[in-house]
Amino acid sequence: MAVDTPVKTSANLRRRRGPSGAVPRRRGRRLWVKAVVALLLVVEIYPLVWMFLTSLKSNDAYLNNSTWSLPTTWQWANYTEAWTTGNIGLYVQNSLLAVVPALALMLLLGTAAGFALQIMVWKGRSLTLLVFLAGMMVPPQMILLPLFTVYFRTGLSGTLWPLILTYTGTGLPLTVFMMATYYRSVPRELFEAATIDGAGILRAFWTISVPLVRNALLTVGLVQFFFIWNDLLIALTFTNNQDLRTVQVGLLNFTGDFGATQYGPLFAAICINIFGTLLIYLFLNQKVMKGLTSGAVKG
Amino acid sequence: MHRVLGDRRAIAILLGPALLVYSLIMLIPMVWSLGYSFTEGNSIDGFTGNGVANFTRLLDDPAVRDSLWFTLKYAVVVTVGQVVAGYLLALLYVFFLRRASALIRTLVFFPVVLPTVAVGLLFQKLFQVAPQTGPVNALLNAVGIDSVDFFGSAGSAFWVLVGMDIWRSMGFYAVLLFAGLVDIPDEVLESARLDGATGLRLVRHIVLPLSLPVLMSSLIFSVNGTLKVFDSIVALTNGGPGNGTTPLTLYMFQTSFTYSEYGYGSTIALLLTVVCLLVSLVVYRVSRRDLTEG
Repeated sequence: MAVDTPVKTSANLRRRRGPSGAVPRRRGRRLWVKAVVALLLVVEIYPLVWMFLTSLKSNDAYLNNSTWSLPTTWQWANYTEAWTTGNIGLYVQNSLLAVVPALALMLLLGTAAGFALQIMVWKGRSLTLLVFLAGMMVPPQMILLPLFTVYFRTGLSGTLWPLILTYTGTGLPLTVFMMATYYRSVPRELFEAATIDGAGILRAFWTISVPLVRNALLTVGLVQFFFIWNDLLIALTFTNNQDLRTVQVGLLNFTGDFGATQYGPLFAAICINIFGTLLIYLFLNQKVMKGLTSGAVKG
Repeated sequence: MHRVLGDRRAIAILLGPALLVYSLIMLIPMVWSLGYSFTEGNSIDGFTGNGVANFTRLLDDPAVRDSLWFTLKYAVVVTVGQVVAGYLLALLYVFFLRRASALIRTLVFFPVVLPTVAVGLLFQKLFQVAPQTGPVNALLNAVGIDSVDFFGSAGSAFWVLVGMDIWRSMGFYAVLLFAGLVDIPDEVLESARLDGATGLRLVRHIVLPLSLPVLMSSLIFSVNGTLKVFDSIVALTNGGPGNGTTPLTLYMFQTSFTYSEYGYGSTIALLLTVVCLLVSLVVYRVSRRDLTEG
């Protein structure tokens, strides 16, 4: 439903600038709106500016100078410190190794299931979709302990497999549901025609339907990427080994890896984490906004 | 005619893997966890059945009562805060900023994609007193108020948490609700204006009822998320001071992994699940009734 808002907005707003209020009243209102927007931007953006400036301070400057002050010397070394001594580099690598396979597996399985549930015709498909949906309601705490036992018994603990498998499983409900919804706009006749031409239905799924929902795949993939990358609960449960920590778990325990708290590297680590996701948002913000909100409306 | 689309083998190949993974990771563990609630022990020492002992303990446990109360209080306050702040922003976008709102929308939205752990640590530093006076306390000092130890008492820590979660998500709800507001036909607004409805009256009698459906789905989504809050609390207060800001999710986690009581942990998880389902059901019922009345 959020899909077509930009178009509608501009059309609507052009008309909405109808007659309202006299000129002086309008000017007063303008000022009021500007003040609200300015306050909003300060509240949203200043914390990040402060964080970035603090990440460049030496420990001494952080502890002894005013919190508003600029760094006395710009300590870019804080970043290399966080990356190497603070192990953020290793944690980013772990996160990528867990997130990328989980994302690929989830999208592949979810798209196939969405196709089977929406395009294929069989008894019990709406019930099956409901079974998937039920997974979105149940809190993850409900599955952690049995999974922990299984991973422990099968010897998977101590690898990144518990994370990959759990992320795939917990991400499937939303993926299946969103992909099924996207397939709703693809006419069935397309596949019937294709199969008459001699292609099997499995082939038609792969060569015809997947390219058609390419855009949806990117959207769902982005949404799930943020969910998994930012996850703490599952990562905290299944990474009992320090070398397996994901970015979020590593950041949470960051102070422990130095003798005493090093504030500069800590802030640098927070910055790396925040600006990393922000960078993706910078390029794909419209897609991210559309994806996250449509996931909410449908879910 | 639907012969090719009803090909059972193809359906099995397409749906099978997803259903298998979903069952192994979600469905079976859910039932299994239910079974754990009648046992004590953990995966290293093994499990022994203990009947309904966990459930009687659950009823008498003051920590459960506290964390359940905290979970509900947090869910209500943050849900209302998120949706109200989001709605006000959406009204601002639609009626005041108009065409200029795209950039502001994008800017206010971004905190929702940031890692909660990083945001939690950031807010911890923003509100701290020691070792350095953080920006918020420095601001208070500047206007002549003494520094407040926000994380020293459960009450103030709760409000920092609420503030942080509203900061993170108001832009998200604003975009969600914005989509609902934009769908209101201009003709309706124009004719209401011609009838003399302006400002608050226009919002109350025309805009609010017409955006009720999307408002309700935001509410459901928000409650569902806030009942399961975990990351932001672990990162900001870790449940403290004492267990003053411990929700059920965190209490379950501590019981299971700090004290290795998997049986009792599963019982708490079950309680959490029941609470989530009950609250969703109630909100859903109420929203349905409101819609038919509206």
